[in-house]
Amino acid sequence: MEITIERLAKRYGDRPALDPISARIGQGEFVAVVGPSGCGKSTLLMLLAGLLPAGEGRVLLDDAPVDGPPAGVSVVFQDYARSLFPWLTVRRNLALAAVAERPAKAELEHRIERALRSVGLPDAAARFPWQLSGGQQQRVAIARALVAEPRVLLMDEPFAAVDAQTRADLQDLVLRLREEYGVTIVLVTHDVDESVYLADRVLVLSPAPGRVLRDLVVDLPAPRGQLVTKALPRFAELRAEVFRLVMRPVDGAAP
Amino acid sequence: MAERRSGAPASTVEPGAAAERDARPVAVRLRRALRPLASLWLLAALLLVWELAARADPSPFLPPFSVVAARFGEDWFAPAPGTLFLSERFLDAVPVSLSRLARGWALAAVLGIAIGVLLGRSRVARALASPVIRFWMSVPGVAVLPIALQFFGVSDAVSVFLIAFGSVWIIATHTADGVAGVDPGWLRTARSLRLPRSALLLRVVLPAAAPSILAGLRVSLGFGLVLMIVAELYATTAGLGHDIARYQQTFRYPEMWSAFLLVALLGIAFNSAVDLVERRVLRWRRRG
Repeated sequence: MEITIERLAKRYGDRPALDPISARIGQGEFVAVVGPSGCGKSTLLMLLAGLLPAGEGRVLLDDAPVDGPPAGVSVVFQDYARSLFPWLTVRRNLALAAVAERPAKAELEHRIERALRSVGLPDAAARFPWQLSGGQQQRVAIARALVAEPRVLLMDEPFAAVDAQTRADLQDLVLRLREEYGVTIVLVTHDVDESVYLADRVLVLSPAPGRVLRDLVVDLPAPRGQLVTKALPRFAELRAEVFRLVMRPVDGAAP
Repeated sequence: MAERRSGAPASTVEPGAAAERDARPVAVRLRRALRPLASLWLLAALLLVWELAARADPSPFLPPFSVVAARFGEDWFAPAPGTLFLSERFLDAVPVSLSRLARGWALAAVLGIAIGVLLGRSRVARALASPVIRFWMSVPGVAVLPIALQFFGVSDAVSVFLIAFGSVWIIATHTADGVAGVDPGWLRTARSLRLPRSALLLRVVLPAAAPSILAGLRVSLGFGLVLMIVAELYATTAGLGHDIARYQQTFRYPEMWSAFLLVALLGIAFNSAVDLVERRVLRWRRRG
C-alpha cells in the first residue's frame, strides 16, 4: 500500500500546527518521523490514521483519499493503558480488532494466535491487561494491530512509556514483525537514535508549525542489531545529522 | 507474570530471632482475620446504649434492643422445617414487598440506563434534560403517592410506580455521568479499530461506564427500599410497610421495631449483594 501525502496541513483555530507537507511512502518502507516537541509529528500521524480531519491537502492510500480510519491501517498508541481495554482479556482485545472485518471464527483464532506468538506472548490470551507489565501490554497493543493484518502500521511514540531495556526489545520486535508481515511502517518518535536504528528513511520536522526539514535515507545494512549497528561509524554520522537538524533546525537544509 | 524473588534473602541472624519471625506471621494473620469484626464495635456500642437507655427510662415507644431482638426471632422465624425456617408472617409480607421492589427497580434500571446512555452521548441532550431531571429528583416520593393512588387505585402498581419513579433519576444521572466520562483514549482507540456502533456501545462505552452505572444501581436500590415501605403505608393489604403501619396503629411497638430491624437487614443484604456484583464485574479497576 502506497501512502501519498499531498500538501497536508492542519491548524487549530488560527494556530497552524502543521505546515503543508508532501511525501510519498512506498510499500514495505519503514519511515521514522522525528522532530522537537510540539512540532506536529503526532498530528501528522493522526491525520494519516484518519483520526483527525485534514485541514488542507489530503492523504491518499493507493490513490484512494483517506476520510476517516481506513481499512488496512492499524495504529499503535503511546499510552497502552488508554489503548487496551482493561475489562477484556487479551484474546477479546485482539478479537475486537477484527470486528469490522468479521472473519470466520477459525480464521480469527488463527490470527490471534499468530499475532501473540509473533510478539512473544503465546500464553497471554486468557490474561487481563492489568495482569501484565508495561512492556507486555505494549506488545499486546502491537499484537492487536497485527490481528487486522494491516498493510500499514502507524506507531505514535510507542516506546516512550517503557523503560530503556524493554524499549530495545520492542524495537527489535518491530523490525522482526516488519519482515514477517511485510507491512509499511510509519513510526513517530522523539528519540533520534531510535529513528536511525529502525528506519529506512527519516523525516525530520521543524518546530511548530512542522514542515519537512529533511528526508534522510538511512543506508545502514540489514539486519539491524542493537550492538552491531550502533557501533558502525555510519550510524554515528546519520545520528549526528538528525540530531543536528532536530536540535538546531535553523541550520537545516531546505527540503 | 510479575517476577518474584525466589527464596529468602541470606542473612546472619541469631536463632532467637528466627522464632520471632515465625510468631509474627501468626499474629498478623490473626489480626487480619479479626479485622472485619473490628468495624462492628461502633454498632455494638450503639446497641448497648440503646439497651441501657431504654431500660433506664422505659417507654412504650422504644423497647430495649433485647426485647426487639427476641421478638425478631419470634416474628420472622419458625421451627417448621419446610418453609426455610421462615414464619408465616414473614411469608405473608416479605415476598409481596420484595416482588414490588424487584419490579419497580428493574423497570427503573432498564429505563434509567437507556435514558442515561442517550444523555451521556450528547451534551446538548444533557443540558436540555438537566433542569427537568433535577425537578423530578427534588420531588419526594411521598408527595407523589396521592397522585399515584388517584391514577392506579389501590393496587400493586402504586408501589411499583413509586419505586420506579424514585429510582430512575438516580440511575439515569449516574449512567449519564459514566457514559459522558468515558476515557477519550478508549474512544479514540475504538475509532481507530473502526468498531461498528453496536460494538462501540456494548464492548466499550457500557463497560467503561460500568463503575458509575453500578454505583447508581446500588444507591437507587437503597432508595427503592425506602419507597417500597412508604408506598405500603397506605392503602395496601399486605407487605412490610403495611405491617409496620398496622403495628403502629395498634400500639404493638416491639413488633413494629422488629419489622424495622428486618427492613434494615434487607437493606444491608441488598447492598452487600450489589457490592459483590460490583467487585466481580469491576475486577479490571484493580489495575495491579
